[in-house]
Amino acid sequence: MRTLVVAGHGMVAHRLVEAVRADDLAGAWRVVVLGEERRPAYDRVALTSYVDGWDAAKLAMPGAGYEGDERVELRLGDPVARVDRERKTVVTAAGFEQRYDALVLATGSRPFVPPVKGHDLPGVFVYRTIEDLDAIRERAARPGRGRRAAMVVGGGLLGLEAAKALRDMGLSPHVVEMGPRLMPLQVDEGGGALLRRLITGLDVTVHTGTSTDAIEADGDRLFARLGNGTELDLDLVVFSAGIRPRDDLARESGLDVGQRGGILVDRSCRTSDENIYAIGECAAVEGKVYGIVAPGYAMAEVVAAQLTGREATFPDPDTSTKLKLMGVDVASFGDAHAVTEGALEVVVNDAVGGTYKKLVVSDDTKTLLGGVLVGDASEYNTLRALVGERLPADPASIISNAPSSGSAIGVDALPDAAQICSCNAVTKGAITHAIGEGCDSVAKVKACTRAGTACGSCVPLLGKLLTACGVEQSKALCEHFTQSRAELFEIVRATRIDRFSELIRKHGKGDGCAICKPAVASILASLGNGHILGGEQAGLQDTNDRYLANMQRNGTYSVVPRIPGGEITPEKLIVIGEVARDFGLYTKITGGQRIDLFGATVDQLPRIWRRLVDAGFESGHAYGKALRTVKSCVGSTWCRYGVQDSVGLAIELELRYRGLRSPHKLKSAVSGCARECAEARSKDFGVIATEKGWNLYVGGNGGTTPRHADLIVSDVDSETLIRTIDRFLMFYIRTADRLQRTAPWIEELEGGLDHLRAVIVDDSLGICAELDAAMAEHVGTYADEWRGVLEDPEKLARFSSFVNAPGVPDPSISFRTEREQKVPVMLGIPEVVGR
Amino acid sequence: MTASAERSWVAVCPVGEVPTGAGVAALLADGAQVAIFRTGKEFFGLSNVDPFSGAAVLSRGIVGDSSGVPVVASPIYKQRFDLVTGRCLDEDGVSVRTYPVRVVNGVVHVGSP
Ligand code: SRM
Ligand SMILES: Cc1cc2nc3c(=O)[nH]c(=O)nc-3n(C[C@H](O)[C@H](O)[C@H](O)COP(=O)(O)OP(=O)(O)OC[C@H]3O[C@@H](n4cnc5c(N)ncnc54)[C@H](O)[C@@H]3O)c2cc1C
Ligand code: SF4
Ligand code: FES
Repeated sequence: MRTLVVAGHGMVAHRLVEAVRADDLAGAWRVVVLGEERRPAYDRVALTSYVDGWDAAKLAMPGAGYEGDERVELRLGDPVARVDRERKTVVTAAGFEQRYDALVLATGSRPFVPPVKGHDLPGVFVYRTIEDLDAIRERAARPGRGRRAAMVVGGGLLGLEAAKALRDMGLSPHVVEMGPRLMPLQVDEGGGALLRRLITGLDVTVHTGTSTDAIEADGDRLFARLGNGTELDLDLVVFSAGIRPRDDLARESGLDVGQRGGILVDRSCRTSDENIYAIGECAAVEGKVYGIVAPGYAMAEVVAAQLTGREATFPDPDTSTKLKLMGVDVASFGDAHAVTEGALEVVVNDAVGGTYKKLVVSDDTKTLLGGVLVGDASEYNTLRALVGERLPADPASIISNAPSSGSAIGVDALPDAAQICSCNAVTKGAITHAIGEGCDSVAKVKACTRAGTACGSCVPLLGKLLTACGVEQSKALCEHFTQSRAELFEIVRATRIDRFSELIRKHGKGDGCAICKPAVASILASLGNGHILGGEQAGLQDTNDRYLANMQRNGTYSVVPRIPGGEITPEKLIVIGEVARDFGLYTKITGGQRIDLFGATVDQLPRIWRRLVDAGFESGHAYGKALRTVKSCVGSTWCRYGVQDSVGLAIELELRYRGLRSPHKLKSAVSGCARECAEARSKDFGVIATEKGWNLYVGGNGGTTPRHADLIVSDVDSETLIRTIDRFLMFYIRTADRLQRTAPWIEELEGGLDHLRAVIVDDSLGICAELDAAMAEHVGTYADEWRGVLEDPEKLARFSSFVNAPGVPDPSISFRTEREQKVPVMLGIPEVVGR
Repeated sequence: MTASAERSWVAVCPVGEVPTGAGVAALLADGAQVAIFRTGKEFFGLSNVDPFSGAAVLSRGIVGDSSGVPVVASPIYKQRFDLVTGRCLDEDGVSVRTYPVRVVNGVVHVGSP
């Protein structure tokens, strides 16, 4: 067996190992991987998302530990120090020596730090590894006063990502770019001007066309002097001024290197030593270094093929890029700068709409060569796949901003050879083939073809391809409505239909069922149609809504008085105790900071509510697809660490959103500081206090599939916070599926969190005024629904066990005692009639 | 399900007390509970006890149809029962007892099964 040694364990090295292990059917190779970083390869492309949650596990790449694979040995935290080509061995810094038959250098690159005065001061960082981000975070969290500022040197793709990360950490970023515009490599002048406007709108200060002359420390502060005379007072500095290939091992062992650095390799990724290959960012293929992952993956595949006895050469790489920046769409693909001989540019610059689109086409205007999209990159995937192909329409019409030009070109127009997933080099043909073989969902296509498993930007196209292949991903609510819940919501909103019978007659068929009736009941309630038991609505309500309490296994109910924020006076606690005692109810503290009273019969419910209402309570929603609780910690009033009044805010939020009907239940919590005692990040919307205000997190979930909520706005004041939550909730209510909590809703939302932020913070769809009005309507018309029953004799009459014997309790209900409280005795199951 | 001559009928409530598209429960002298449902003009009677949980709650389920067959879905675990035959649509071999229901002079009557 021969030994393959891989120096470096980044994304590209990992791809190589995977490919060798998959292709080496003969079992010819043992693989030894020697990595410098302490952890196995992780998703560096997604590094910026680490800021959101600081959970390194989320960046892990599946299978990168090679557990259970005896053929792969992974040694981490110890870099290769020397290569001895004569003896065909490598030696690590710790002195471990390893012989090789083939050596692959996959050492990546290091951030370039220009020799500016002060570049090595404490508080000056680079942006490449998880550890870099941890260090930045620690510095940003130092005690201090006022809004913190940071400088990012370099306004390229990475610099802007770093600026976003710093902003998410609550700092005010300045971006300093030597070139005349942001992202000078990817976008042209017109695109750059718009990009600047959009980025500035995100609270990032942009300085272009100027250098950084010096950085000086004064106590805890850093002062930077720019070439144009500007002085900045900063907490920290991040250098993101380009990368340099890590070619030192090659240089020291006498391998050829490229003119501008990088280990020189040919198209088969072989260095000047036939037993040594170089792949990824450290390699210079025919002299050219690539700073993105897709060409690196292609190199890994090329080397794996050769090691397992096949011929392969590096194809012309796709260097398209799309910026993963919040709410700002920027993409460039193909020959973005029109350097091809005779290339023509077609530009649509809509300064009002905030979009800039440029296509570069061949001299006969028929073939797409490349382009730049700023402000709206929704067509990026399709256009990128079309590079080198004939355009299906004339270029100007493709990028014109006419209202429904949304998809002037569809996936149909793409040829089979078009690359849909550039990260993994998967063509349209390969995907449609997989669909033909039975992959009938996006998840299956991803699993079979790998498309969509790296940066994820091609995932929307996968869905479109499924549709184009006639695989219907049905959205029908049930057999009575072909529409999805979101579509029904829009129908009800637009037509103002307020009865189920009318809706099903006009837009559905049959009599309805236990799926569509509660869904429509919820839609009607979200749009404010009076008491949920009013008129026809009563018969639509699901089990618990029907009696405004939670049905238990023996047909009795539980009552959970609302205790906003979990704050309660001793007097009220006593009332709850008295009610429980007088009605003989089992009591338990819930997981939602309130008290549950179990075992009430239908006819007891109104009498229990009466006692609660008289004592200043309302019963609460422990049922219903509605707001449950807003939990809170003690906060600044009592806690020595609290920085804001978390209890006060929790109460305000609970009172504001109580009764709001939604596609699924809504939970929330407010913590008074970053210690997070209220577990806000496990909630649909969670708030954590900061020195300057509040951070809002959305899309959290406990329950079956736990998910931490994502940060959507930071350091906002209470007014902004509440406005953002209002919009978040109303947008969710409008667009989610039935019984889809906010967590899966966000996961499935096209464009994800960035899109959500664009909609509710930047009003990209122009619907915020409607969302605000809808919430104002809800808050203005909220009424205690339990009191509503007590005040309406007709509704009250329904709260009896038997229509022919009001007041007679259900004889089938009985209890026994356990741990000094009553618990239900089940009837057994007497009435099953065999057939 | 034609009423035989010997069948005994019990008056339960005025028609108006059974809401359209929903149900109510009635207690019979022998302690049995009947869930009475109304869909449009028709009335149906089933035993009120949900065979899957043993709780007397079917009258509180959601009434609707499955491919045109009138059904009620149990409020506990949501299994559907055919209002005409009592047969469970979601699990073979399970059904609930049916009761004849008729309206005389605006009053709902339940017959012996
Ligand atoms: C009472 C309580 C348990 C307790 O004694 O502590 C409870 C009881 C029920 N939970 Fe829960 N959950 C309770 C806190 C929770 C929590 C913790 C929390 O809210 O902080 C969770 C995890 C957090 C989350 O939801 O993300 C929780 C996750 C669930 C789930 C799973 C949801 C999911 O998204 O996966 C269900 C099922 C569902 O809703 O579809 C559920 C459903 C239920 C139901 C409604 C099941 C049912 O239909 O009968 C239970 C009825 C309660 C009743 O009859 O009163 N309960 N449940 C808690 C009530 C809190 C309150 O005051 O409102
Ligand atoms: C914040 C950020 C965002 C990015 N966004 C994108 C994007 O959107 N799209 C895109 O395509 N690309 C993006 N990239 C670039 C992408 O991450 C790189 O192209 C890719 O990680 C290169 O992989 P690699 O394996 O060649 O190098 P690396 O990931 O750098 O891995 C090399 C590894 O080798 C180790 N090493 C170095 N020397 C030695 C030695 N002597 N011995 C042992 N180990 C050694 C290093 O410590 C490192 O772990 C981004 C990069 C960053 C930092
Ligand atoms: S989250 Fe902070 S303020 Fe709230 S109780 Fe915990 S430590 Fe105190
Ligand atoms: S293009 Fe990145 S995953 Fe497909």
